[in-house]
Amino acid sequence: MAGREPVKRGAERQQRPTRSSEAPATPPSKGAAKHKVDLSAHSKSWIRHHKHTALDSLVRLQRTPLPTLMTLAVLAIALALPGLMFVGLKNIDQISAEWNGEPKVSLYLHKTLTDQQAENFSQAMLLRPDLAGVELVTREQGLHEFQRISGFTDVLEFLDNNPLPAVVVVQPRESRKEVLLKLQTELAALNEVEEAVLDMVWVERLASFVALANRVVLVLGILLALSVLLVVGNTIRLGIENRKDEIQVAKLVGATDAWVKRPFIYTGFWFGLIGSLVAWLFVQTSLLVISDPVERLVALYQSDFQLQGLGVVDSLVLLFAGIILGLIGSKLAVGRHLREVEPQ
Amino acid sequence: MIQFENVSKRYPEGHDALRDISFTLDRGEMAFLTGHSGAGKSTLLKLIMLMERPTRGQVSVAHHDLAQFSRDDIPYHRRRIGVVFQNHQLLFDRSVFENIALPLQISGYEPEDVGKRVRAALDKVGLLSKEKHNPVALSTGEQQRIGIARAIVHKPQLLLADEPTGNLDPTLSAEIMSLFMEFNRHGTTVLIASHDLALISRMGHRTLTLDQGRLLRDGRT
Repeated sequence: MAGREPVKRGAERQQRPTRSSEAPATPPSKGAAKHKVDLSAHSKSWIRHHKHTALDSLVRLQRTPLPTLMTLAVLAIALALPGLMFVGLKNIDQISAEWNGEPKVSLYLHKTLTDQQAENFSQAMLLRPDLAGVELVTREQGLHEFQRISGFTDVLEFLDNNPLPAVVVVQPRESRKEVLLKLQTELAALNEVEEAVLDMVWVERLASFVALANRVVLVLGILLALSVLLVVGNTIRLGIENRKDEIQVAKLVGATDAWVKRPFIYTGFWFGLIGSLVAWLFVQTSLLVISDPVERLVALYQSDFQLQGLGVVDSLVLLFAGIILGLIGSKLAVGRHLREVEPQ
Repeated sequence: MIQFENVSKRYPEGHDALRDISFTLDRGEMAFLTGHSGAGKSTLLKLIMLMERPTRGQVSVAHHDLAQFSRDDIPYHRRRIGVVFQNHQLLFDRSVFENIALPLQISGYEPEDVGKRVRAALDKVGLLSKEKHNPVALSTGEQQRIGIARAIVHKPQLLLADEPTGNLDPTLSAEIMSLFMEFNRHGTTVLIASHDLALISRMGHRTLTLDQGRLLRDGRT
């Protein structure tokens, strides 16, 4: 075998468009003008083949309805599950944003303050726009409560004066952690306040639950995306197997790899597109089914919570995710299996 | 048109399919390739089609050294050649017309042009009326002629045939051969692999005889 000269190979390549689209019967000597026409004819035939192949691969899917439907069902379920979980997360986010009842900041006032001063301070707190509620627990009330809850009545009677400070419990409007922490520092800096204690337990629990759920959805989403790739890849592999003869004949009469691959890539595209459309229907139908019970539940809690479905943007994301997974799955399968089908 | 220079082909299993083959087939020439099965006829055709690469030596087609063609160049090389197979390799999921149109569609011909050329090719093999049939419904001889129509529909400079009369009775074989001679008269270079010695000797063309991978004889029979 003689050594290959890269220069000459390059020259071969440049000739290709001319050679491939030029009818052998036409005289080849028309120079640059001819070459231009050939290039446009070439791209025209390229577009034509794309159109033809796109349609043909769709028709082929119809020709084997049962296997096609089964594949589509698997794809749709694999795409609908992350979609549903995503909608669930969105709604949980909405609940947690709305949840302003829980977080509270307890302000322990200096013991030197008189009851009147404590009262004045709690009045001042009421005027703050970032607080939803203010509750004053005077030293006296605090003592009574302590006695009631702890049962240390006898012990307290030994003490000369009331050891408890007055407490102002405030309820912030916002429940986001950063806002709460900032508010806590701000309130702690006030003259009357000795200590500001933030009751974060519920806020933190909810936040970590949402974070965990986000992570779970991400992991499951990736796994299900992989399964979409595998399902599409396997379907395409079977398709290549079924059309082996055709591929061999096409390669023998001069089909390029791209030409042979095209129908399978389009099959992957259709699987992705139709699969994600059906998945979208699954998600929206499921939401319709649970919307009644959810509304009843919400009514019991007197919340203004509203069940959210997939919005326009989310729907488009689902659609594109399906298409891209279909394309990647078919590309992987085609790249792996098509080289094996060479004419013998 | 075709030039073999000291070409050898050894398959990975160690079998020597061709040993030191040299010959030249001129443009417009018609020749037969003969020998027992396993003598290397198919391998020789595969080297021309770039379905195989030689182990040693140089194969040229139309003054192009095939060793310089990369994998990506192969399709464009094959578009200049027409091939006829013994088992005709027709696709039964489509009509006769679509079978013959395949090489044209692959090369990117305009649809109207495709129609004209396919019918011209069908006319040449005498099966114009079978355009819309499925190849399954045709006789073996007719299927072989459809295979020939597909091989010549893009008017290749070179026509290769591997045992084109393998499954046919003598009358049909003679008909097929006269088709090839007809194409050759119009300037196509033709190389036919066949072990039908009786038929070949009647044709009186140049014959290359292979035996165990060697070129035993090159001349008229």
